[in-house]
Amino acid sequence: MERVPILKIGDILLVSIQLDMSDQTAVQLQEDLAERIVATGCHGVIIDITALDIVDSFVGRMLSTIASISKVLDAETVVVGMRPAVAITLVELGLSLNGIRTALNVERGMELIAAAHAEELDYQLDDEPDAETATP
Amino acid sequence: MTAGIDLGQPQAQSVRSDEDVVRVRQLVRAVAVASKLSLVDQTKLVTAASELARNTLVYGGGGSVEVTVVDNGRRKGVQIVFADSGPGIADLDLAMTDGYTSGGGLGLGLSGSRRLVDEFQIETSAETGTRITVTKWSR
Repeated sequence: MERVPILKIGDILLVSIQLDMSDQTAVQLQEDLAERIVATGCHGVIIDITALDIVDSFVGRMLSTIASISKVLDAETVVVGMRPAVAITLVELGLSLNGIRTALNVERGMELIAAAHAEELDYQLDDEPDAETATP
Repeated sequence: MTAGIDLGQPQAQSVRSDEDVVRVRQLVRAVAVASKLSLVDQTKLVTAASELARNTLVYGGGGSVEVTVVDNGRRKGVQIVFADSGPGIADLDLAMTDGYTSGGGLGLGLSGSRRLVDEFQIETSAETGTRITVTKWSR
């Protein structure tokens, strides 16, 4: 069985799917990614599907599952590089890709993750009790 | 890949494993490209073939796929037959409903792939298994 490589770039894990995956390879990728997110503490996952000439319901479900798993592990997933014909086919197939953020290319995907992470940090800072207002 | 294909002959591929589903996709793509289907139509047909070949494997317990170039006098097209000798589909109407699955899938394989092709025929029985024929015509 072939395996899809996972690259770490700064705070992001980059997966560029370059082969016609068997279902087993897709499931393996799900597991490998979960492990790498925990091992590296990365806050973002970019899945580049530029080279995929189809996304069927199995791969679609894999993308949704990866997004859900990484969310639980405190990482944001962005799927980038979907071909127009793939997008048209996905919609007609009836696949909604629930919970998946998309961007047109890797660069925009990285911006999206950086923005999401910054927002989260702001939120956490706002959440901390203010010493001055806490005392009556 | 495309070079070795004789379009005058039906192309057969057995479906016994995950890797065979990948081979079905590659075969259908090669025939669709050679038959000059548009890029969107190629994508739709290969996606439908992937769904149906997976069904042949998962629900039919394996089987075979045959891809043929067809001509109705006005247009060329690609016809694919998926055959298995599995248990058949007990309730066809239910099986064709979006979101229904008897396995662990999304329930889009049958209903979704019917939307992706121009013609869709299904024959199924507990004795003979399931045989699905789909056709996509060039525009």
